Amino acid sequence: MTSADMKSRLMNVGGVELEVDIRGSGSPLLLLSSEDQLENHLPLVDALAKTHQVIIPTPPGFGHSPRPDWMTNVDDISYVYLDLIESLKLPKVDIVGFSLGGWIAAEMATKDDSFIGKLVLVDAYGVKIGGPFDVDIEDMWTQHPDKVAAWKWHDTAKGKRDFAGMSDDQLTVVAQNIETFARYCWEPYMHNPKLKRRLHRIKTPTMVIWGANDSLTKPAYGKAYAELISGAKFETIASAGHFPHIEQPDAFMKTLNGFLA
Amino acid sequence: MQAWFFTEMPYPHLPPMEEMSTMRVSLPSKHFDPKVGADLYNRYLDEYMIADDLGLNMVLNEHHQTATCMDTCVPLTAAILARQTSKGRICILGNPIANRGDPIRIAEEMAMIDCISRGRLDAGFVRGVPYEVFAANSNPTQTVERLWEGIDLCIKAWTTTDGPFNFEGQFTHRRAINIWPRPLQSPHPQVWITGSSDLENIKRAASRGITFATFLQPHTKVKWMFDAYRSAHVDTGMPDGGGTSYMPLVFVGDNMEEAEKGAKALTWYLDAKTEPQYRNPPGYVPVDFNVAALKGTFTGRTEAMRKQSIEYLKDQGVLIYGTPDDVVKQIKRLHDLTGGLDNLLMMMQAGFLDHASTVKNMTLFAKEVYPQIRDLPRSQPLNVKAAAE
Repeated sequence: MTSADMKSRLMNVGGVELEVDIRGSGSPLLLLSSEDQLENHLPLVDALAKTHQVIIPTPPGFGHSPRPDWMTNVDDISYVYLDLIESLKLPKVDIVGFSLGGWIAAEMATKDDSFIGKLVLVDAYGVKIGGPFDVDIEDMWTQHPDKVAAWKWHDTAKGKRDFAGMSDDQLTVVAQNIETFARYCWEPYMHNPKLKRRLHRIKTPTMVIWGANDSLTKPAYGKAYAELISGAKFETIASAGHFPHIEQPDAFMKTLNGFLA
Repeated sequence: MQAWFFTEMPYPHLPPMEEMSTMRVSLPSKHFDPKVGADLYNRYLDEYMIADDLGLNMVLNEHHQTATCMDTCVPLTAAILARQTSKGRICILGNPIANRGDPIRIAEEMAMIDCISRGRLDAGFVRGVPYEVFAANSNPTQTVERLWEGIDLCIKAWTTTDGPFNFEGQFTHRRAINIWPRPLQSPHPQVWITGSSDLENIKRAASRGITFATFLQPHTKVKWMFDAYRSAHVDTGMPDGGGTSYMPLVFVGDNMEEAEKGAKALTWYLDAKTEPQYRNPPGYVPVDFNVAALKGTFTGRTEAMRKQSIEYLKDQGVLIYGTPDDVVKQIKRLHDLTGGLDNLLMMMQAGFLDHASTVKNMTLFAKEVYPQIRDLPRSQPLNVKAAAE
């Protein structure tokens, strides 16, 4: 968490204030965290920072990034992130996106993938595969929190968060993240109806990584998602739910590094 | 003080409380027997007609996907009563404009009811309680904006009488708005709004002369909200416009034993169960409330009242019960403690409380209590000097 070369700052990107962490050095890698921002302080970030300049932006309304009123969906976030890439003047960037971050990455790549080296989507939301009566993504807002946790985690103990041990500032971020996630993703639920028709535009090498035991967004959904991106590889991580990088970090890193190398 | 009769039109014939995890949102409709429901609808409408005969006003609301309230379309019940009653005012509290959307259709419905009732309508608007966002699928983080955009558009539609206008807002886009009929009351029916914590919203309502109402809260919190209302109402002519309103549970009996029995029956409403995810959808309450929730120090309004003794609820002003003279004393105390109460909204029926008991409750109130409280003074603006300027 306190890597010597870690920088966190608020950047103004096209009139939008963004909290951006930049860590390590090497070829640039944009790391787009999940809606709960569970990734920002994981050992995997330090591991990636040994060989990459890891850039972790926080979407407007999450963390300490303010949310302008006009920003209402994930499409809006993707444009702000394209502005961020431009303002950082990065020639080529790998992108790894987790859950909501994977959705943002997919939206970005459909708009412009000329700057992307490799694209990795991990248990991402974003598309509607089935018909109106089909549940593509389980409804995490109408079910008991215990049931939602069981969907997300192969081992629910790994998903427990110690709210009692958090400062008021940390709890404010947690509450803010929960609210903003709903603001962007309530309806249409966890998808952009247009995205499915745009994914064919992605020409960059893509890998879709999925927790084999993800019951929130099931592996069949991940596989169908991958099939919409031409040439995308699809890999599952055993004994892992919606956050395979947290439940099985070694297996996840092996798969990720194999693709990025 | 104006008194208003209310029942939420419950469907209480459910499996045992301990066998259900929720009475709201997801309780399967196989537990609703339409034949029993038909009897209940007609019984509850009869009770409103009796309230009207007794000289009481009527307040109505709607909820969705819940056994606690069978009224799912309050303009329908208001329209029935507009035709079948003749004296009392009919307050819709309210139109769930944030969840329902379509403010122009609501403006038309209210105008029609106002005409049929010959100007007896009070038109309330509500943001909707937390669990309502699921049935409506309205984004819980935007209900306040949707509420105000809807109210503003509705009032504009009522008061524009010289031809069409267009509206391109955040949530509603309409062209050639030109409603027929227009309301009978001029410029439009009194507007009401509800609230339970958001002081800025309450002050906004006050500054526009909108009547404010809150339900089933401890008297200290009611005063806190009423004071915010009164402090912001200095420019708009209180006490003639707007006012303060509060809803407790009310049961009047011939003796204490009867009153306690009725009071206990009414607390069915407070004990209604709802699963936690329905009580606090994401972004419905401000972030600081959710920080408190994460710490376990905020559980919501009705949760704080659940499983309390009737004596405790009586002390808090949430439950008023006793003989007529006892009830008069409690209402006068509540009037003092809240700094002035203009509209007493009374939930006089809930749960299994039967028709005969409900009618007796209403009758004792109308004949023996109401005459003693009717002339209690109206709320005054807090800053009297500023009001005079």
